[in-house]
Amino acid sequence: MIELKNINKSFGELDVLNDISIQFEAGKTNLIIGQSGSGKTVLLKSIIGLHEVDNGHIYYDDRDFTRMNFSEKKLIRKEMGMVFQGGALFDSLSVEENVRFPLDMFSEMSEDEKRERVLFCLDRVDIKKAHKLFPAEISGGMQKRVAIARAIALNPSYLFCDEPNSGLDPVTAIVIDKLIQEITKEYNMTTIINTHDMNSVMEIGEKILFINKGLKAWEGTSDMIFDTENKALNNFVFASNLFKKIKKEI
Amino acid sequence: MSFIENIGRYILFLNRVFSKPERGKVFFAQIIKEIYKLGVNSVGIVVIISVFMGAVISLQTAYNLVNPLLPDYLVGYTTRESMILEFSSTIVGLILAGKVGSNIASEIGSMRVTEQIDALEIMGVNSASYLIFPKIIAAVFINPFLYVLSVFVGIMGGLLASYMADTVSITDFLYGVQFGLIPYYITYSLIKTLVFAFIITSVPSYYGYFVSGGALEVGKASTKAVVNSSILILLANLILTQILLK
Ligand SMILES: Nc1ncnc2c1ncn2[C@@H]1O[C@H](COP(=O)(O)OP(=O)(O)OP(=O)(O)O)[C@@H](O)[C@H]1O
Ligand SMILES: [Mg+2]
Repeated sequence: MIELKNINKSFGELDVLNDISIQFEAGKTNLIIGQSGSGKTVLLKSIIGLHEVDNGHIYYDDRDFTRMNFSEKKLIRKEMGMVFQGGALFDSLSVEENVRFPLDMFSEMSEDEKRERVLFCLDRVDIKKAHKLFPAEISGGMQKRVAIARAIALNPSYLFCDEPNSGLDPVTAIVIDKLIQEITKEYNMTTIINTHDMNSVMEIGEKILFINKGLKAWEGTSDMIFDTENKALNNFVFASNLFKKIKKEI
Repeated sequence: MSFIENIGRYILFLNRVFSKPERGKVFFAQIIKEIYKLGVNSVGIVVIISVFMGAVISLQTAYNLVNPLLPDYLVGYTTRESMILEFSSTIVGLILAGKVGSNIASEIGSMRVTEQIDALEIMGVNSASYLIFPKIIAAVFINPFLYVLSVFVGIMGGLLASYMADTVSITDFLYGVQFGLIPYYITYSLIKTLVFAFIITSVPSYYGYFVSGGALEVGKASTKAVVNSSILILLANLILTQILLK
């Protein structure tokens, strides 16, 4: 479980996040949704500590991340996996070496165990065949899979994904979403996903935080999202003709 | 960002670079990789420019020796002195600042803008140390060899040019090469080479590491890195010469 309490974050004059509080539960796919520029990435990066928050607290299963010193943060980072918006694969390393990297850096495994773990992770995301290729030689969807494999290599308790299916076709996007959800359940991870894709919201929105202009505007599940009175959320959800049509039919 | 701010940030950056590596084995493997990338890949360009420079120096000296009282062996002597004192350290340093510097700045810069550096940090890896420490060690280790190579092929270039243009005899040239050698000059130049190696790797790394934006900014950072490391090399050359040759 990850809990945020009164998170504020600004860059100079610009207030990006305003007093955000919420609990993200383990074994669930928790989504952060909102328009472009609403502060999703800043929130996610604040949670994992790539941005320092101005005030507020972030608890990782009751451990106050904001109060930790550098080496304590470093320890807890070994329990985190992150899938970046662009994949952020190391382009000088092959697919296999990318997944192996965290193992080389932090695990005490033997060579054989490492090899086995890498194959297991690549197999889990269904990309074992491409293991010798380099990031530049595989498609966007495959890069996302490799990024997921790398993120889960060390068996993290917390998984973060910044728009894991942006730039993918609808079919692949859902496959990736489902994959993340399955892995979340398998290992009972606390997974937080940034997205502005309504398909993802409907498919895997077990818990949803809607932020609007840096404020927490709504919190709920995908079942509740159609009945909301919240105007900003309504505008967000029913922006596309498809969802407008669905609403009429309901 | 002002000059003073840049200096401050550079020093803080170096402080992060020189922290204990995560894994000895990984660190060692990185150093070997970098020696190959920064050193072995620069052999070609160092050989080419050194041969030509040595050749040109020998011809210039020969055609300026119009006074019959000046001995022929001065051609070999001058070529050797120029290579040892200035060319093989400073000029090679400047050329490598262009080649290696732009390479490092764009490599680190593109890792920054594609979030690869963030990915390292979130794993708990000290990205500055992991990426840059091995580069500095590799360059400081390999550049003295490049220096020696440059001196050697430069003199060979001079010899070849003298022979082909028939300016002085090979015997005279080789006599000059061995004449009045002051070993301290080699020490002086090796010290310069070490300092330059540090500048060539750390300054471009710094510019690459703090890029923000996209491909355009990476290009700009790479240009800045080359210009500023070249200026720093010239400045260090002046200061070291005053200190070491006084
Ligand atoms: N490092 C930074 N320095 C200054 N301002 C920033 C920084 N990062 C983000 N911002 C600002 O914070 C606001 C929120 O940006 P953020 O990247 O979180 O949006 P987002 O919701 O992730 O959008 P998108 O869906 O397009 O990815 C924007 O106004 C942006 O300009
Ligand atoms: Mg974003």
